Amino acid sequence: MSSNSLEIVGAPGLKRRAKILVAKIGLDGHDRGAKVIARALKEYGFEVVYIGIRQTPEMIAKAAVQEDVDIIGISIHSGAHMVLIPELIEHLKRLNAEDIKVIVGGIIPWEDAQRLKSMGVSEVFTPDTPIEVIVEKINKLLAGKNVEQK
Amino acid sequence: MTFNKEFIEKLKSLIDQWERDKIELGYRDRLDRFTTDSGIKVKTVYTPLDIADSDYFEKIGLPGVYPFTRGIHYNMYRGKIWTMREFSGFGSPEDTNKRLKYLVEHGETGLSIAFDHPTLIGLDPDNPLAAGEVGVTGVSVATIEDMDLLFKDIDMGKITTNMTINPPAPVMLSFYVAVARSRGVSDDRIGGTVQNDQLKEFIAQKTWVFPPRSALKIGIDVIEWSVKNLPKWNPISISGYHIYEAGATAVQELAFTLADGIEYVRAMINRGYSVDDFAPRLSFFFVSGINVFEHIAKFRAARRMWAKIMKEWFGARKKRSMWLRFHTQTSGVELRAIEPYNNIIRITLQAIAAVLGGTQSLHTNAFDEALALPTEFSAKLALRTQQIIAYESGLADTVDPLGGSYYIEWLTDKIEEEAWKIIDRVESMGGMLNAIENGYPQREITESAYKKQKEIEEMKKIVVGVNAFKGELLEEEVKIPLFEVNEEQIRKHQIDKLKRFKSSRDGIKVKRVLAELERAAMRGENIMPYVYNAAVSKATLEEIMNSLKSVYGEWSEPILY
Repeated sequence: MSSNSLEIVGAPGLKRRAKILVAKIGLDGHDRGAKVIARALKEYGFEVVYIGIRQTPEMIAKAAVQEDVDIIGISIHSGAHMVLIPELIEHLKRLNAEDIKVIVGGIIPWEDAQRLKSMGVSEVFTPDTPIEVIVEKINKLLAGKNVEQK
Repeated sequence: MTFNKEFIEKLKSLIDQWERDKIELGYRDRLDRFTTDSGIKVKTVYTPLDIADSDYFEKIGLPGVYPFTRGIHYNMYRGKIWTMREFSGFGSPEDTNKRLKYLVEHGETGLSIAFDHPTLIGLDPDNPLAAGEVGVTGVSVATIEDMDLLFKDIDMGKITTNMTINPPAPVMLSFYVAVARSRGVSDDRIGGTVQNDQLKEFIAQKTWVFPPRSALKIGIDVIEWSVKNLPKWNPISISGYHIYEAGATAVQELAFTLADGIEYVRAMINRGYSVDDFAPRLSFFFVSGINVFEHIAKFRAARRMWAKIMKEWFGARKKRSMWLRFHTQTSGVELRAIEPYNNIIRITLQAIAAVLGGTQSLHTNAFDEALALPTEFSAKLALRTQQIIAYESGLADTVDPLGGSYYIEWLTDKIEEEAWKIIDRVESMGGMLNAIENGYPQREITESAYKKQKEIEEMKKIVVGVNAFKGELLEEEVKIPLFEVNEEQIRKHQIDKLKRFKSSRDGIKVKRVLAELERAAMRGENIMPYVYNAAVSKATLEEIMNSLKSVYGEWSEPILY
């Protein structure tokens, strides 16, 4: 879908701001991390849409397409990541939006992180990852897209 | 404290000389500014001058005596060690039952139930939204039968149980009481706590279901019913823990928690109760953080402030109404995923703060909780931490051992002063319910959370192994054995059981009692007798919650960040 978004850029050749959707997936309400990250990314200059807690995989995929984002940042502390994240990836496929990159942060054991990556998640951040590192990885994911890096 | 004039003058001149000498001798501090985690500036040293204006009898006094700064009981842990109450729950009720018994066998003295996310927001395990979450971060309890299994072979008349549950509190309390009664436990022996702190759900924790005003009404129903029926039950645990974990400072945690408490007291008074009828049953729940002295001072200030609020604002006469009795949990957000074994030390320091602060009961986290639920091993280690503090360290041998410390007394006064400012602000908005609807505490907490993160990123706050003293990680620090739950299997087990349960009951009766509940809720009656009746008539958690939702509606949270 980001192929669409390239067309809405103002003047040709001018890079637009990268857009990131931040959401809490599933039922857990631990939104501190999601809010801190959303605000930090905004301060770094990204366009950020935070849609809050209790979002289903389907709601997130739809919102991402509707908001025309480059990246989805998922925060999860419920331990349900191995069920909900693959579902999100599935919904993105169904919406032909596989070019939207998914990054995940939260309490994710090491083995699960490896499995999520093999399923198509671009990055998994465990607690204590400095925001700089997250931004650096986001920039890498954005390389090749007609968007500003931060 | 009262010092004579001569003493004060002598001390002042001594300090002046000392300050000059310090500079002359070239002593330099390694930081420009030392502060507590709440941002309170900390001086080089404290002396009687710092508490010279503080009246000993009014502010400090003795344990067991108003304003209870030093503790609510005369002899505190010399009489009875705090209750060791480890928050536990995972999988099916049968799974958690085993863990509870394991902990009791190892010396735990109270139970505390962690429910899974579907249960916390009132969903049965067969709800599609529960997929992936059944039994994962807590135990799945959807029926009276689940509650019975959870307490199999546990004497509910002897041990006290805390249940961390909020919007579904009326349902879970009904399940618990019904099971206890069915075993012949009389109401005056049913002891424990249901969290039932509806207001803080909107500020933190976020397991809200109903809109704030209805949630408050339901919470008060639980208090009213419990006060009438269960003399030993704590029908609310007014909680700061989640507020701190969501990002608040210790001062904000204290202020918002007491402000919530004030709102509940007013709501009960508005129902026609006199404060001494119910206040003795109110209980509290705070965090204990790594910034040891700040948390000790916070606990001391909390007791003094609540006693004053109850006595002076609400005219309480009973001593018990003035007591701030509280449970403490060591801070989870202060634990780190990197080098997780370091958390054992962090938890020990946090637990020491709770004990020196005079807690009535304590949960120590397990060191692996920044990664997963605790294993049997890490849960036992957490319990052992408490036992070592209680029985080996001598920390429990005298009451309020830090009382009279110039620093601690100064800091207690300072935290109290700062917290009153926030409470005044909430009062000026017309109380906590209005403040929440205005988003005031939510915004303040979000702001503090962001500030704390920045302090770590900018190295203003050192976190060992995280932003300082980093090194190559050893394999055994990265791949630690973690607790795993097989969610699919648990969900299937819970759903099968639920199906059998539903087919074994009188469906027409269930419909009737749910309709009665809805009508009572519409009339504005106390819903508890009707919820209880539904619970014993075998309505499920979700069915009862749906009836309540049909009357009260559901909350949708404004997005703030």
